[in-house]
Amino acid sequence: MDLGQFILMRHELLLTVAALAILVAEIFTSEKNKSKIINFTLVLFALVTFIGFIPGETGNLFGGSFQSSQLTVFMKNILNLAVLIVFLQAEGWLRKPENADKISEYFVLTLSTLIGMNFMISAGDFLIFYIGLETATIPIAGLAAFDKYKSQSAEAGIKLILSSALSSGILLFGLSMIYGATGSIYFADIATKIQPNALIALGFVFFVSGMGFKISLVPFHFWTADVYEGAPINVTSYLSVVSKGAAAFIFTIVLFTVFKNIVEMWKPMIYTLAVITMTIGNLFAMRQNNIKRFLAFSSIAQAGFILLGILGAGELGMTAIVYFVLVYVFTNLGAFGVVAAIHNASGVETISGYNGLYKTNPKLGLLMTISLFSLAGIPPIAGFFGKFFLFTAAAGSGYYILVLIAVLNATISLYYYLLVIKAIFIEKNEHPIPEFRSSNAMRIALVLCIAGVFIIGFASGIFEYIRSISQLFLN
Amino acid sequence: MNILTLLVLIPVLTMIGVLFTKDYKGARLVSAIGMGVELIATVYLVLAYLAARKTGMMHEMLFTSDFMWYPSLNIHFSFGVDGIAVAMIGLTSIVIFAGIFASWELQFLTKEFFVSLILLVTAVYGFFISLDLFTMLLFYELALIPMYLLIGLWGTGPKEKSAMKLTLMLMAGSALIIVGILGLYYNSAPGGGPLTFNIIEISKINIPVAAQRFFFPFAFVGFGILGALFPFHTWSPDGHASAPTAVSMLHAGVLMKLGGYGCFRVAMFLMPQAAQEMAWIFIILTTISVVYGAFSAIWQTDLKFINAYSSVSHCGLVIFALLMMNETAMDGAILQMISHGLMTALFFALIGMIYGRTHTRDIREMGGLMKVIPFLAVVYMIAGFASLGLPGLSGFVAEMTVFVGSFQHQDMFHRVVTVIVCSSIVITAVYILKVVGIILLGPLKDQHHAHLEDAKWYEKLSTVTLVLAVAAIGIAPLWLSDTIVASLKPIVTRLATVIPF
Repeated sequence: MDLGQFILMRHELLLTVAALAILVAEIFTSEKNKSKIINFTLVLFALVTFIGFIPGETGNLFGGSFQSSQLTVFMKNILNLAVLIVFLQAEGWLRKPENADKISEYFVLTLSTLIGMNFMISAGDFLIFYIGLETATIPIAGLAAFDKYKSQSAEAGIKLILSSALSSGILLFGLSMIYGATGSIYFADIATKIQPNALIALGFVFFVSGMGFKISLVPFHFWTADVYEGAPINVTSYLSVVSKGAAAFIFTIVLFTVFKNIVEMWKPMIYTLAVITMTIGNLFAMRQNNIKRFLAFSSIAQAGFILLGILGAGELGMTAIVYFVLVYVFTNLGAFGVVAAIHNASGVETISGYNGLYKTNPKLGLLMTISLFSLAGIPPIAGFFGKFFLFTAAAGSGYYILVLIAVLNATISLYYYLLVIKAIFIEKNEHPIPEFRSSNAMRIALVLCIAGVFIIGFASGIFEYIRSISQLFLN
Repeated sequence: MNILTLLVLIPVLTMIGVLFTKDYKGARLVSAIGMGVELIATVYLVLAYLAARKTGMMHEMLFTSDFMWYPSLNIHFSFGVDGIAVAMIGLTSIVIFAGIFASWELQFLTKEFFVSLILLVTAVYGFFISLDLFTMLLFYELALIPMYLLIGLWGTGPKEKSAMKLTLMLMAGSALIIVGILGLYYNSAPGGGPLTFNIIEISKINIPVAAQRFFFPFAFVGFGILGALFPFHTWSPDGHASAPTAVSMLHAGVLMKLGGYGCFRVAMFLMPQAAQEMAWIFIILTTISVVYGAFSAIWQTDLKFINAYSSVSHCGLVIFALLMMNETAMDGAILQMISHGLMTALFFALIGMIYGRTHTRDIREMGGLMKVIPFLAVVYMIAGFASLGLPGLSGFVAEMTVFVGSFQHQDMFHRVVTVIVCSSIVITAVYILKVVGIILLGPLKDQHHAHLEDAKWYEKLSTVTLVLAVAAIGIAPLWLSDTIVASLKPIVTRLATVIPF
């Protein structure tokens, strides 16, 4: 094998190099200068993200175990971009004295999970897929328990690792059945050999349950709210955006390639999951007062919308999902960025604590409003386009009733997003969050998010590009 | 530059201008100038449109422009207007111009208020000029969302609750519209070929009847909710009562017309067979709207509630007339939209001005205001007369056309509902005259009201603009009516291909 072919793995390799470089830098910095690692990492990772966008070769490695196409490269770039924004948002939090001795840990753990996700996206067989899954999951438990002296954070870590272990086990069990039925772990082989029989059905159910944990679909969502609430905000935003986005990518890829010949078997299952995920997520989101739990449940509901794209099988469905996740990255990170900025400055984490925010911090209030409107799918912000294309994809397969349920759910979701907006603009408060100035890194991150939210919808070229590479990928 | 692009661009620039102002005086000045320019641009549009028609341009839509947006889904920025759209744009420009002056003294977060208000209006212009269902939906939802903050922040009474109710109900309507639009899209090429969102292109083919039956209710009810279709009208009284003056004016005057406009331009025009088949259901519902709205108005004591219920009744008449599906009745429907838009805006402006002086909207606490504030009182009476259909004002022309049109149907069902709906004229007269009698005439009830100041210049400007428009339509309805009828021809022809019952 030609060593030059390793260029196909450039994203994974770059991330590995970056993670190692941070560890080395950690060794060579003195106790006093630890916070310089933050700047170093930000610059390094911005560079990695940029290099990722340089067009390069695509193809297969290791006899098809590792597959790289323009679509997978684009997915990895979306994740890189999201992580860059998360890092920028985390800067202020990491500079706090209590985090001084674990700065590099945060970066290295995050990057290792990202490497795992990249491998999952490029997986060409279930072995790489599973290794990527574990690499992506285990370090997150460490991240969730980052504030280890806070019982909530420690609890989040334990909850995450236990439920992840269980879900991985279930998933592995499902994979073993599929292997038993088809005699192969290679995606391409399975796709041709798969038959809609009972064993495959059982294996598929286990597989979906395992993936359901990662994407937090109802009824596999119980860990989500507690972990989101307990983990530090910058970890929560990573979990909710990057981890979930990656899981959605992978789920879609596997369903569209490996299980494409048994579509009729899994469609009713996904249909049911979509309906209950959207509805239950919405109903619970209404009752939350903690903003992190609130965003957790709202993100469960959003995951339900992603399933609509899966039902709209074919390139339009694929396009709609990738596009939706891209929009979701900017939108949700915008919201989480505001939450993080406010938490850093004042420690407020409740929706009622946001009362009167517009008076003291109008810019943040406005940013939050735009992000929430985008989550609710209000035009002309990107969220509207993301949702509309998902609906278009599902309607294209004739699921009009499902689309109706989804749009009504979108209306319900508007209710609780408006509750936050009401707190920010309308509610009176004797002691609103005092005026503050967030760090420059945070500002850059928020500007990136808001620019993304406004531009993505109007720049139709992005959608068309995703559509063309999806077409390439699926044919 | 295309005049239609300019219509959207002017409000956008105004919004940016308002953002750079320092205090409330600057904000209102910039808004007033911007909307003044918009009004002039609208006048230019009307003249240019009439001139173009006179030279014999027979296309359905004029001033069209088309830009590809999402090529793979065939989504365009596609703009163009016919006589109906021009009339609606004219209505919008007049109402927003008057609305700016009606909120001249607003000093709480003024910048934000005018930006939200003008954002709403921008979306309304965008909606009326759109020929593509996707951009139409985009502007439609964009027009609904500023309402939440406009009512929630600057409103009165149980404003948070009303704002939430209004926003959610209208967004639920737009949810139904999304399903309807997607249904139209996927059935827009029954014989193969590219799918399209373009209204004109879809109107040239026949959507399969089975699909029409399924999607027509979605599209019609979706738009109908904004048109206060019974039983989905409940957002209207609460919302309009809680909203600040200019917002009530704009919402009742213009936004509710988006519903009626969408009902015929999207639902009925594109799915004519289903419209014919199901019209009777909605005719019954609108008949209830008209009569029930008018009766409810009698029992209200809050001026805004009276007008809100009266709006339910009048907007019900709009959809009722549209469903009659003949040229005269539909002409009446459009006239009624414009007439109601103007006079309800006038009513809400006056109620806001009276409330600003007396600090009450309860009719039981007012009396004899004619002697104290004669200007406002007289204008109120004119608005009332227009509302109850006095000849010479716009209401008469519109209602008369509607009833003549709907009575042209030969069958029992249409005749009976027409007679029932006609009774609303009498009921309207009851509540209008009752209110005029109680609050304007008679002895002064509250001595605190003895020294109220009459209208200021900006209030006069606001109301006189509207009164002039109401009177102009009442005195010379023909040129407006002719423009509308010419543009209605293709729609009516399409609807007439199937005979009902």
